[in-house]
Amino acid sequence: MNTPSPGPHLIIIGNGMVGHHLVEQLIERGGTEQYRITVFGEERHRAYDRVHLSEYFAGRDAQSLALCDADFYAANGIELRLHETVTALDRNKGEVVTAQGRYAYDRLVLATGSYPFVPPIPGNDRENCLVYRTLDDLDDIRAAAEKATTGVVVGGGLLGLEAANTLRGLDLDTAVVEFAPRLMPMQVDTEGGELLREKIEALGVQVLTGRATQHIEDGEASFHRMVFQDDKVLETDLIVFSAGIRPRDELARDAALKMGQRGGVVIDDRCLTSDPAILAIGEVALWNNSIFGLVAPGYQMAKAAADTLLGGELIFEGADMSTKLKLLGVDVGAIGDAHGNQTPGARMFRYLDQIKQEYRKLVVSSDGKKLLGAMLVGDNATYDTLMQYYSNGLELPEDPAALILPSTEGAPTLGADALPDGATICSCHNVTKGSICATIDDGATDLGAVKAKTRASTGCGGCAALLKNVVDHELEARGVEVDQSICEHFSHTRQELFDIVRVEGIKTFGELIGKHGQGSADSPGLGCDICKPAVASILASCFNEPITDAAHIPLQDTNDTFMANMQKNGTYSVVPRIAGGEITPDKLVVLGQVAQTYGLYTKITGGQRIDLFGARLEDLPDIWGTLIEAGFETGHAYGKSVRTVKSCVGSTWCRYGVQDSVGMAIQLEHRYKGLRSPHKLKFAVSGCTRECAEAQSKDVGVIATEHGWNLYVCGNGGMRPRHAELFATDLDDEQLITIIDRFLMFYVRTADRLQRTSVWRENLEGGLDYLKEVVLEDSLGIGDELEAQMQTVIDNYECEWAGALNDPEKLKRFRSFVNDARPDPDIIVTEERGQLRPA
Amino acid sequence: MITATAEAPTMSQTWQTLCSRADLVAHSGVAAWLETADGPVQVALFYLPCGPNTPRPTGPKPPGDIGHATELFAVDHRDPFSDANVIARGIVGDVQGEPVVASPLYKQHFRLKDGQCLEDEAVRLRTWPVRLDGDQVMIRV
Repeated sequence: MNTPSPGPHLIIIGNGMVGHHLVEQLIERGGTEQYRITVFGEERHRAYDRVHLSEYFAGRDAQSLALCDADFYAANGIELRLHETVTALDRNKGEVVTAQGRYAYDRLVLATGSYPFVPPIPGNDRENCLVYRTLDDLDDIRAAAEKATTGVVVGGGLLGLEAANTLRGLDLDTAVVEFAPRLMPMQVDTEGGELLREKIEALGVQVLTGRATQHIEDGEASFHRMVFQDDKVLETDLIVFSAGIRPRDELARDAALKMGQRGGVVIDDRCLTSDPAILAIGEVALWNNSIFGLVAPGYQMAKAAADTLLGGELIFEGADMSTKLKLLGVDVGAIGDAHGNQTPGARMFRYLDQIKQEYRKLVVSSDGKKLLGAMLVGDNATYDTLMQYYSNGLELPEDPAALILPSTEGAPTLGADALPDGATICSCHNVTKGSICATIDDGATDLGAVKAKTRASTGCGGCAALLKNVVDHELEARGVEVDQSICEHFSHTRQELFDIVRVEGIKTFGELIGKHGQGSADSPGLGCDICKPAVASILASCFNEPITDAAHIPLQDTNDTFMANMQKNGTYSVVPRIAGGEITPDKLVVLGQVAQTYGLYTKITGGQRIDLFGARLEDLPDIWGTLIEAGFETGHAYGKSVRTVKSCVGSTWCRYGVQDSVGMAIQLEHRYKGLRSPHKLKFAVSGCTRECAEAQSKDVGVIATEHGWNLYVCGNGGMRPRHAELFATDLDDEQLITIIDRFLMFYVRTADRLQRTSVWRENLEGGLDYLKEVVLEDSLGIGDELEAQMQTVIDNYECEWAGALNDPEKLKRFRSFVNDARPDPDIIVTEERGQLRPA
Repeated sequence: MITATAEAPTMSQTWQTLCSRADLVAHSGVAAWLETADGPVQVALFYLPCGPNTPRPTGPKPPGDIGHATELFAVDHRDPFSDANVIARGIVGDVQGEPVVASPLYKQHFRLKDGQCLEDEAVRLRTWPVRLDGDQVMIRV
């Protein structure tokens, strides 16, 4: 722990994001040796990430939102006084006053931030009228929401929509009331606002614009009733005001510092107030008649203030207010003069797609050469590129419209090499491409090192993809080979290992690591939990020998070893195959009986099957004995392999269906079941364009047409959804299967380990066109080979569970303990909603 | 043959039969109950036989090893990160030549020799000396 400097006393009032950033800047630049530093924070919590406040209910707690470790201040010799509000400044004596005492300062920084503006509406102080600013506010909202079923946010701007998302996350019926005629009036125009409204209403959030609340009174059905200017009313249990911010400037005002007409402490370019001993930064500070309500300008002020305190020359020169947001899951971006009303002669390009609900607008100079601003609603994919054109004044391409038109191959993209050194990559920490290059020249050899040194992409994180692009490009340009080795045991990629196995006909891991591993022939190494399952998958894709064979058993993850999915308490879940989601009543009864007999928790999966949870290891063989006797087979839910083919009911029942989607789904599922691949594979078949099976979110999606089938590939749900792309149209059954055979086997051969088809496709050089050439036109001449290889896999299919049950040696593996039949006493369950779950 | 332990042997420690060689699974783990003075304990046994064409750890060989040493390890079956008894079901491998097991739940690596977790210095599994005596697996408590 550092001892405080005996130097002059610097007091910082406010421990928000900007106040904390100032402290970091001072520490980094030796300010703790020059000053003794004390920081006052009004809240109970040390500085936390207010930008990501809405994640507080989505699993992040105060600890994980904190911007530093608990001992960070003490370790740097700085006194942090939390939960101590400064109540007055005594400039004559040079002291700050709190309830606990008076503290003399030599220099003082106001970083008190702002407070949420609550419109002066009669009744705004009623119970369950809250604001959205601090962690304590969120706790209050959560407590109030427990007794509420409906909630209203007053304010349809950025923070208002964040608050609406929070209410929605608390399962309240949510409405947003905005005074302006559209949502986010600062960022978007009428068309953009309308699209935003549609998207947000589609999420079940009611949007009322052009509404001024006159007063709030007791409701009839709910706790409050809001009465609007036209005497219309809205009843709700809970109201959150989020109608803008106001600077927390009362200390400065009472101390007679120079103030702006509408509030804010006036500062100069060096962040000095009218009293040269006192500085102000962040949302309390008024620079050039503007308050900056974003974190990036606050950080830049903190930087300038640190420099001023340490005798430097750095000045604050204003800041760009461009923003990229995801509000309620909807992308919104605004760059520069997004409305096009600040530059005479500005010209616009606009693109509106009301089907996909995307809106993009470019504001360009009158000669069409420079980007002045841009507005994005529905898709921010072009934001980074547009931002680079804007902030670096790059000359626009000949046809600027191409920048916002739907992406087609050949749309101009701005590569990392096209950016000048001065290009800002991370605006939160003001990191340029030049400083990233310098860091790499100083020895940083990967993304993590660059992030640690420059802090790029550690603020809002919006530049993550661009940063990676720049770092990869610069490393490559310096001849640094990005190591593609799968792990320390093989200096090969998965694709290379696959080719070796296939060409040399290697059938065991021992042989592969002996011949091609990094170790010596007589001491080849054991492998590891990276390469062993990857090689197991490759061997299975090539030869499809049972994974339960002795040579393959040590390679498998526990799920493959025991052919079930391990859950958090060490028990397993069991998922029999229910091809196409079609199941007979008799089989349903058997599933119920098995669950009853073994005390299993049952749940329907997203892939139209039934998952039985909580099976003890030693019970798995008996469970499967019963299931197989009833005609079930293994569902491979445990493997990186084909999972399910989801289907809608199709033409057999549905009056809209044009093909037998269930029949096709069952055919496909039985064809590809057991195929092991780099990652799991999900399919779906829809019987008409209504697409009830959601095939366009699957690795392989098939949609019936009047003439046959349309095939979509490389879609994904999950963490990073990706819409599948149309690959071929109006196929007959045979064509469909041939194309899927080739597509799957090409993926299995060339993808990285644990790479879903969506990511594989995005990384595939040549993109969708190349994939079409290989699969549809057989440009590599490997079509027959891919089909033959798929046939091998299909011919060698056997139900792994049936095989294991017939082999006493394999069954021995399912003993929980080899020397005693005593069950594991630590598996403890409790009852919830009529079923068992881990205690 | 390797026998590794973090504790010094004392007079009260004795070898006892745990299970048979046939119960072991080559290059993988099994779990067994062990009776100790403090009550029953679940141990994970890992068996790394060496023979032609089977992987073995890289790195310097112990003196006298001519490439066919068999290694046997016993560590706690309980995974300290999940409190579930699952360690024996992890994948065995090596990191820089040191045999390790990866927890099947959250994938932390534990050195088989001394139980040390490679991701968290403060976490270590208990270990027991084990050896093969003919077809018997012997463990010292």
